Amino acid sequence: MQALFGQLLVGLINGAFYAMLSLGLAVIFGLLNIINFTHGAQYMMGAFCAWFLLNKAGVGYWWSLLIAPVVVGAFGMLIERTMLARLYKLDHLYGLLLTFGLALIIQGLFRNEFGSSGMPYQIPTELAGGLNLGFMFLPKYRAWVIIASLAVCFSTWYVIERTKLGSYLRAATENPALVQAFGINVPRMITLTFGFGVGLAALAGVMAAPIYQVNPLMGADMIIVVFAVVVIGGMGSIMGAILTGFGLGVVEGLTKYFYAEASNTVIFVIMVIVLLIKPAGLFGRER
Amino acid sequence: MKRVRGSLIAVAIAGAFAAGAAQAQISDNVVKIGVLSDMSSLYTDLAGAGSVAAARMAVEDSGIEKRGYKVEIVSADHQNKPDVGSAIARQWYDTDKVDVIVDVPNSGVALAVNQITRDKGKAFLVSGAASSDLTGKACSPNTIHWTYDTWMLANGTGGAIVKTGGDTWFFLTADYAFGHALERDTEAVVLKSGGKVLGKVRHPLNTQDFSSFLLQAQASKAKIIGLANAGGDTTNSIKQAAEFGIVKGGQNLAGLLVFLTDVHALGLPTAQGLILTNTFYWDQNDQSRAFAKRFAERDKGIHPTMLHAGVYSAVTHYLKAVEALKSDDGTKVIAKMKETPTDDPLFGKGTIRADGRKIHPAYLVEVKKPAESKGPWDYYKVRATIPADQAFRPLKDGECPLVK
Repeated sequence: MQALFGQLLVGLINGAFYAMLSLGLAVIFGLLNIINFTHGAQYMMGAFCAWFLLNKAGVGYWWSLLIAPVVVGAFGMLIERTMLARLYKLDHLYGLLLTFGLALIIQGLFRNEFGSSGMPYQIPTELAGGLNLGFMFLPKYRAWVIIASLAVCFSTWYVIERTKLGSYLRAATENPALVQAFGINVPRMITLTFGFGVGLAALAGVMAAPIYQVNPLMGADMIIVVFAVVVIGGMGSIMGAILTGFGLGVVEGLTKYFYAEASNTVIFVIMVIVLLIKPAGLFGRER
Repeated sequence: MKRVRGSLIAVAIAGAFAAGAAQAQISDNVVKIGVLSDMSSLYTDLAGAGSVAAARMAVEDSGIEKRGYKVEIVSADHQNKPDVGSAIARQWYDTDKVDVIVDVPNSGVALAVNQITRDKGKAFLVSGAASSDLTGKACSPNTIHWTYDTWMLANGTGGAIVKTGGDTWFFLTADYAFGHALERDTEAVVLKSGGKVLGKVRHPLNTQDFSSFLLQAQASKAKIIGLANAGGDTTNSIKQAAEFGIVKGGQNLAGLLVFLTDVHALGLPTAQGLILTNTFYWDQNDQSRAFAKRFAERDKGIHPTMLHAGVYSAVTHYLKAVEALKSDDGTKVIAKMKETPTDDPLFGKGTIRADGRKIHPAYLVEVKKPAESKGPWDYYKVRATIPADQAFRPLKDGECPLVK
């Protein structure tokens, strides 16, 4: 029973990463209708950005949490302006193919430069060590990840669903021409939203750096799972992405305990079942 | 008209024979070496492009091309998928006229290529794969297993740890042919030395997060957590074990297969104190240091792992046999390689057994503390040398059908 508590908590921690990444994807898809396959690569770039800041500029973890999302987000906006913006009139699939190609190129370049084993990134000293909870040893850093992720996820949800800014955004998705007529610069808003979604990926990357190796392939391993999370939650549903992210982290954690061999397939099994029963996803609305 | 064409063909055939005479029985006049490796995923740094570089260095150093032989090296990425690896091997043998396949990290792929090579009568020099089945029940007259194997790792690292009191084990095993073989061979050593195995968990290849598995290992209260995995899986396990306070809590990690590049990736603060077994370390003698220097220049500063050294050594010996036989017929060359003692700058003198096992010493090493290291890649101190005749599984225990 004690072991089970531990597994639940560990599952939640992994879910925190899934939630943060799928949140970024859901924001970009829900508001902009872009299926962003570079998301994994941008997560990886966030981790690399933190590594560069530490090793080349001596900037530590805490500043990286701020700087990396801005830098990588700016890179995302550049891609949106120069490439994706040209595809808005076409089917989603073209955006998907473009971003998929870009992801392969970015990952290839990083792998070529840095190899596949990755680079070490130490846990910041403030968060080193851990707490003994009785039923498990909880590293302080993991506790921080779960709290930070919850804060980021719910503030994003709040901004988009409950504030005036969010309502502009949602309106611009529904009817861009009308919102533009009210004097709101819609293309700029779209670019900024895209940048924000990408920034979320980079933030998750910085937070992942001390746990996993800073590795050119870390995003490629993650992106497929995260897409499954978004599909299960319902494409574009913000709250759906958050809840499913945490939920599937737990399911995966339990699978690792009861039947570890299936732990990398269980999410896809769930995805198939959900798609068969509720094609729009658990929290999605049929359009 | 018909007659003219006929005589043209005759001339062409005669010409081909004349050219063939100079090259005896080298198929299509080229010795073609295929380096089949992981070029894009978790085993890239420890084999990958470095293995191609090592093969090329072996060809250059042999001087065989100056003596009129043409040697060509091709390479491909098997993506750690046995089906992809098999398809490449078939295409190489059938249409691209590849004579020998080398390296192949990933035992799943290697076992598949082992069978194809045997069916086609070609040659297979394994450096990257670890499963001791390659010289056991899957042994083949067309395969030589060069650098290391799971039995050697189990006996070296496992044996040393049990001797120093680590008698209860929990295994974290990569869920495919290699992990299973390594776990099986280590378990045998542990049990034989009077130890106990308290549990095991099998994780999918290329897993990011090991916390669930580490919690299970922690709960088992085993003294030793045996990592029967490799590459990125090992580095992630070790890193996260440190995070979860496993070593501070009194349990110890046994990295059953740890490569130099893994230690480099982890950094000494995390990796220090690890005990591991390998068969080659670049800082052993002047020759190995000279090799490492040249190698690093070609592979982005990476210093050679034992797999890279194995590829170099295996290709060197292969080319000697080809020259001696004046043929690149797979079955004949492998037979010749087995009957000729080996000698190269990296592994020194050695032999190849009937079951295809290359024999050389192994080294039990400990990863240095950060203060002991003079800089990047200065990572190991040798604790013990396991002599060649004890490093590998005795011939009679392997159940290889070739050994009667």
